[in-house]
Amino acid sequence: METLLSGLDMLMSLDVLVALLIGSIGGVIIGAIPGVGPAVAIAILLPATFALPPLVGLVMLLGIYGSSMFGGSLPAVLINTPGTAVNALTTYDGYPMTQRGEAAKALGLAYGASFFSGILSILALIVLSPVLAKIAPMFGAREIFLAALLGIVLVIVAHRGQVAAAGMMAGFGILLQSIGMEPVKYTMRFTFGQGWLTSGLDLIVVVLGLFAISQALALLVDSESAPDAAPIKGHVGQEMLGVLRHKKIAARGSFFGVLMGMIPGVGEFTAQFMSYTFAQKSSRHPELFGKGSEEGLVASESANNAVPAAAMIPLLALGIPGEALTAMMLSVFYVHNVVPGPALFQDRMDFIYALYIALLALNVIVILFMLVSSNWLIRLIRIPTRFLGMMVLILSFVGVYSLRNSVVDCAIASGFGVLGLVLKRLNLPSVPIILGMVLGGIMEVKLRAAMARVDSPLDFVNRPIAAMLALAILGVLVSHILSELRAKRA
Amino acid sequence: MTALAGMLRRERRPGDLVFATAFMAFSLATLVLLPVQTTWVANTVLFAQPAFWPAVGVVMMVGFGAVHLMSSLVSARQEGRGAEVVYWLRSLEFVAWFLCYVWLVPVIGYLPATMLFAVLLTRRLGYRSAKSVFWAAAFGFAVVAVFKAGLQVKVPAGALYAYLPESIRTFMMVNF
Repeated sequence: METLLSGLDMLMSLDVLVALLIGSIGGVIIGAIPGVGPAVAIAILLPATFALPPLVGLVMLLGIYGSSMFGGSLPAVLINTPGTAVNALTTYDGYPMTQRGEAAKALGLAYGASFFSGILSILALIVLSPVLAKIAPMFGAREIFLAALLGIVLVIVAHRGQVAAAGMMAGFGILLQSIGMEPVKYTMRFTFGQGWLTSGLDLIVVVLGLFAISQALALLVDSESAPDAAPIKGHVGQEMLGVLRHKKIAARGSFFGVLMGMIPGVGEFTAQFMSYTFAQKSSRHPELFGKGSEEGLVASESANNAVPAAAMIPLLALGIPGEALTAMMLSVFYVHNVVPGPALFQDRMDFIYALYIALLALNVIVILFMLVSSNWLIRLIRIPTRFLGMMVLILSFVGVYSLRNSVVDCAIASGFGVLGLVLKRLNLPSVPIILGMVLGGIMEVKLRAAMARVDSPLDFVNRPIAAMLALAILGVLVSHILSELRAKRA
Repeated sequence: MTALAGMLRRERRPGDLVFATAFMAFSLATLVLLPVQTTWVANTVLFAQPAFWPAVGVVMMVGFGAVHLMSSLVSARQEGRGAEVVYWLRSLEFVAWFLCYVWLVPVIGYLPATMLFAVLLTRRLGYRSAKSVFWAAAFGFAVVAVFKAGLQVKVPAGALYAYLPESIRTFMMVNF
């Protein structure tokens, strides 16, 4: 209780509260504009947060991460276009409801489900945190190496139908992180004698290229479109209470969100898919799913909004990001010399609680903002797409150039922008590149440290958690191969 | 052989083969360069070798890249490869715009360069109305005001600012 109050005290400063407000409202606005999304916003804002204290910077980015999905449900319901990628399933039932003249009801349910699951998942994690604090110190170098390896394996196998593409992109990420002077023997790796490659490729430059510049290029090259949406009629606030009719589905969605969010490399899509499928199977009216089912809408929105809080667990407890957004947040920790990992859970529990309370507060701020501003936010949906591309390109400049005022960084980011555009067009994944870069670096350091203390390969897994992680890796690989074989036979 | 092709078959978009081939060529080039661009240190175990992790990355690229290329070859082709490659190349025009903007900022200053870039690119995109040009300029100004004046991000002052009257020079250098 004392630690919880200490965490609350950390939040009670003007700069943290302003950052929370900017992050929460900014996230909703960004989420509501189709074609921008939280990854672009976080990538752009990242260098700006380096000058801020760690808690202030993290709270702002966390605000964007946690609130963008709220905003993303608005265009998903009104114009059948998800504001963020994870609102895609929301369109299945939200838009048919709008077509039936039930836009306020659909938005009310979407906001209600998001709020319900957001609060429930954070409360669950606050209760779970003392347990995690006890488990986290059991993670030494070998366990963290195995957890990072599990993350890479999961990222690859989670891309169903694109496993080879995900694998080659993860490999590319591992190669990219190794470029430059390595810190142990001080030898050069893939620098081709070029001085500007000695310090390696900055993760943020690659992230900005792959997410922000690629999105700007896609918007600029694509033909013009200016989506339109009619104003909402009715009381969204009253309709929010409708989620209580489906509280079991919302609770189950939250459970899937928390569970999937905690596993590196899995995230919102799997949580949503499981929640939606389960809700459909257990529904009395499964035939209505995809045609404007209230249950479908609640299942989808509750699962995706439970993920952000849970995704912070592997990041904070082990220093292992599960997806691109938390990978970006990891760099904020590093810049401020705050090393996430077991020691953070042991020594800085108040910091962890401060982040969870910030997440709780952001859910309240966002829901209040959404209730009064939904009709105003519709105007943002109407921004012409090519104009939006120009805006994203200008914002991308701030992100890349302000890092170290380097024209070379901007050229590298542009190169990754073109690569990101090609990957988007081919529907190939770009997230494994980022996770390959982050997890590859972690694996290199941890494997070297771990192998110094083992005599034989079996010693590597002679501790309970290491053994469990090794079995989990084997289990994931075997079950993936079996399911692929089964699918091909069918 | 047919069974293997069946396992590898997937949905393939136009341009997929071009990318798969280019990626494979790049992966093989890095494989060839691996012994040259990394060092093998004597009396050091394998996992601690500087070449170990680049090799892991390259082996994954070559292995998975080969499977991806094969799956592209055995999957049904969709028309429009040429048009797709042209689409990719069209993005280079905007890369050139972006790099010109990057080059211009330390010369004429962040605020003038951003407003100029926003207005010119808006016109290039086909928005010719006074309203569009106004919103582009206003957006440029807002970005500079928020990031440079507000958040104090590190963007150097323009060389041209040195010629401004002394009364406003420092103000412009610090905020815009």
